[in-house]
Amino acid sequence: MAKIVVDVMLKPEILDPQGQAISAALPRLGFSFAKSVRQGKRFEIEIEGEPTAAQLDEVAKASETLLANPVIENFSVRVEN
Amino acid sequence: MSLDTVLKAKTSPEIVQPFAELGLKPDEYARIREILGRRPTSSELAMYSVMWSEHCSYKSSKVHLRQFGEKAPHSDALLVGIGENAGVVDVGQGYVVTFKIESHNHPSFVEPYQGAATGVGGIVRDILTMGARPIAVMDPLRFGPADAPDTRRVLPGIVAGIGGYGNCLGLPNIGGEIVFDESYSGNPLVNALCVGVMRHEQIKLAKASGPGNLVVLFGAKTGGDGIGGVSVLASETFDATGPAKRPSVQVGDPFTEKVLIECSLEIFAEDLVVGIQDLGGAGLSCATSELASAGTGGMKVSLDGVPLRDPSLSPEEILMSESQERMCAIVEPKHIARFMEICKKWDVTATVIGEVTDGDRLVITWHGEVIVEVPPRTVAHDGPVYNRPIVKPDYVEKLAGIAPVVPMPKSPQEIRAAVLKLISSPNMADKSWVTSQYDRYVQGNTIQSQPEDSGMVRIDEKTNLGIAISTDANAPWSYLNPYEGAKLALAEAARNIATAGAKPLAVTNCLNFGSPEDPGVMWQFAETVRGLADGCLEMGLPVTGGNVSFYNQTASVPILPTPVIGVLGVIQDVRERTSMAFDRSGLEIILLGETGADFAGSEWAAIHKVVGGKIPIADLQKEMRLIDLLLEGQPLFESAHDLSQGGLASTISEMVLKNGIGAQLSMEGSAATLLFSETPGRVLVAVDPSDEDAVHALAIRYGISSTRIGVTGGQVLEINDATIDLADLRRAFTETFPKLFG
Amino acid sequence: MKVGVVTFPGSLDDHDAARAVRLAGADSVALWHADADLHGVDAVILPGGFSYGDYLRCGAISRFAPVMTSIIEEANNGMPVLGICNGFQVLCESHLLPGALTRNQGLHFLCTDQLLRIENIETAWTSAFADGAEIVIPLKNGEGSYQCDDATLEMLEKDGRIIARYLGQDPNGSRNRIAGISNANGNVVGLMPHPEHAIDPLTGPSADGLAFFTSVLTQMVGK
Repeated sequence: MAKIVVDVMLKPEILDPQGQAISAALPRLGFSFAKSVRQGKRFEIEIEGEPTAAQLDEVAKASETLLANPVIENFSVRVEN
Repeated sequence: MSLDTVLKAKTSPEIVQPFAELGLKPDEYARIREILGRRPTSSELAMYSVMWSEHCSYKSSKVHLRQFGEKAPHSDALLVGIGENAGVVDVGQGYVVTFKIESHNHPSFVEPYQGAATGVGGIVRDILTMGARPIAVMDPLRFGPADAPDTRRVLPGIVAGIGGYGNCLGLPNIGGEIVFDESYSGNPLVNALCVGVMRHEQIKLAKASGPGNLVVLFGAKTGGDGIGGVSVLASETFDATGPAKRPSVQVGDPFTEKVLIECSLEIFAEDLVVGIQDLGGAGLSCATSELASAGTGGMKVSLDGVPLRDPSLSPEEILMSESQERMCAIVEPKHIARFMEICKKWDVTATVIGEVTDGDRLVITWHGEVIVEVPPRTVAHDGPVYNRPIVKPDYVEKLAGIAPVVPMPKSPQEIRAAVLKLISSPNMADKSWVTSQYDRYVQGNTIQSQPEDSGMVRIDEKTNLGIAISTDANAPWSYLNPYEGAKLALAEAARNIATAGAKPLAVTNCLNFGSPEDPGVMWQFAETVRGLADGCLEMGLPVTGGNVSFYNQTASVPILPTPVIGVLGVIQDVRERTSMAFDRSGLEIILLGETGADFAGSEWAAIHKVVGGKIPIADLQKEMRLIDLLLEGQPLFESAHDLSQGGLASTISEMVLKNGIGAQLSMEGSAATLLFSETPGRVLVAVDPSDEDAVHALAIRYGISSTRIGVTGGQVLEINDATIDLADLRRAFTETFPKLFG
Repeated sequence: MKVGVVTFPGSLDDHDAARAVRLAGADSVALWHADADLHGVDAVILPGGFSYGDYLRCGAISRFAPVMTSIIEEANNGMPVLGICNGFQVLCESHLLPGALTRNQGLHFLCTDQLLRIENIETAWTSAFADGAEIVIPLKNGEGSYQCDDATLEMLEKDGRIIARYLGQDPNGSRNRIAGISNANGNVVGLMPHPEHAIDPLTGPSADGLAFFTSVLTQMVGK
């Protein structure tokens, strides 16, 4: 069994009000480390056995079609052990 | 751990059971053993413990709530009274309306968003279960001081939760309240009201009858939500020294409930169920025992078939789970195929889990073994009944003996400053920050919503028949005199229906109090119920049902007694309704009703931290005459707005600001009294000059005093010699909430 | 004339859109999301609501419904399609319209009577307006901030494809105050505010919204 992780983030030029709200809240709580914060989504997909190249290709296609909206989001696919 | 079955219980009477940890008293545990003739199984113990908790069984309040039935006024309009999921009222033209208000206080303190969201979900299902399409919601909310850190934690989450759930269900939010008071610190009150409408023939009841009929569980899958939530949360107070409780809070999914609503309504339209119950507090154990208890008495259920989100749940947990968005229907075998077809269309999970039997026992099995065998009435309806000790607290006489001394502004500058101070206070200020997070338009039938006196919805597009609802409470008055306070809150809610032109018909209530184990709190409760019952009888308005929330306190300090009264009314033609704001200049402003020096428990007193005094004594005969006057005089009124908390200062400010039309008032006597006193039984109306004589004549006929106090127009609010620019008034009114909550 | 109104699981303002269609003088036809048959309608409305609970992204799942396959095809053949709020989100996810709707800048759900200016009266859904008409209709959503890249924005402005713009206080941070856009052909329009709730001053802030629905009727005269 393997886990494929797809991370989806808004494209850098797209306004991220949630990220802004979080980065404004951190110093109020006493945390001063952040220059900026952006919020995204993470999808965890379980598959049988080790992923093949073809399957990873399919995951990329699924990400492009459903998991992410390419108009405003970028995504990356990786295998987690 | 091996399964605890009925067989095992019969053969092992000596086993020690953790009844105290589940919230049962020794005598209650003994009674269960007596009822069953043996020790209960652990599943049965779980069922009894949850169903006999305060929240489910009303054990401390039953003896008092009986008065609503005993003193019920005769009403042709009342079709279904107390006892069912919600009351049902005939509003004419073949329509009936069902409405109810419920509390979700403790969960909202623990997890504000989900607590409030699931509160909305629960009350909406109660209305749906009566066979009605839910058409609107309202939310009276109460918090600690507006600038307290915990209020900043709790309020935004609660408002977001109500909006997030209600908006997604497609229910317009047509009113409510936001009130701040020190006594709600640590105990916010989230009361949720829902109203639904249906045709007469469509009323559904929660009973399981007809042996051989199938018991069907449909809706969301069952998980570990809120296990022990009901008995653990609602029957316990929050204690700073105790271990931090982190019970599993229920998590709601409004999309699931939305499809459940549409699915259920299609099922009802085809008349496919003989009984229906929603799963709320105490989950499946409540639904099955209540359905069986109200029906022929026998039911057989297998938990094996319950669709689970979490396969590791034990049968006790399945029985006690409070996973949201689930309903239980009784379906005749000939209808089950069609029932399932409709569920499939909406992608709603539905499973036959049992059937109605002709015995008198509720029998529940797990993997073929009987784990519950109980007389359902003893679980659902014959719970413990307490006669809690009642002692009138010392503070009552002490505070009644005080004469409250409040600032009495006189000069124009003082009056101007005082009015601005009042309307900018959190309780009086503009609540748009909250209400703009709610959809008030969906369904396209909202005639009026906040900040009007009542919410109004059209229920027939051809005839323009409509209903109006108002929720009101005055906790400071209830604190000083709970008997009169209840009557006065009832009168206020009914008056708020009449100002719009609707006729009050029926009452619901949500009674929020501290611990019933405190004899002083029980005295407040007993007096409140007595006052409300007496008031309803006198006003001819039956109580259709309601909710009691006890244990709203931190350590030994209870909240102010907060009985929230909801009144439902009907209006024959919504196009005739009267709104509260001035809509043009040149109108005569008339004050109906007399003003005395009633500052005890007033907003003006609270702002200046002045406590004590004698509150007004309710004159319900006069209130009823005022209501009749408002209804008969309705064609004469261009605007009408009730006076309550904040007195005339608040009322006139709201009337000028909504459409930006000012007023020039000239009043005789003490301006401070006229502006800030909270004498009940008063309404401000605006009439065309040609109608002024008719209004005075009408008032004389009804024995209500009427005084012309001014005229509408301009961009200022003038009160005698004091002048406030509408721009300044608006700024003071609208800045408060954004400053507090962002 | 028949105007179809689609119901997805979770659609809310479908009945309200149907009412507006009837008031405008057309017949409304209920279209079920799982049914690819458009039943001979002359135009389609994708209504507001929370289809599929806004799971994943607003409109992300609805766009794959069987009915959408047919609607996309007909839209490309010139059939008038109006997407209101969630419907606008579905149109963007379907790529019938460019850009995307994202979370309101203020992060709260906002229900307000919004002032708009109509800036293109040549589309199927706005022809009944006067050019530059200022109207008040309800805006009620949590994800109404219109976003797109610079090239798309430039194109929308240059080609006059912004059909409505927010006036007064910025409600949600949409680029260039965009409240509604059309496709190049002018038959597909997406609009964030809700015209179906401004068809009668009895139940809404005005009757300004009715013109969206009467516009499409005049498109079909002679069909």
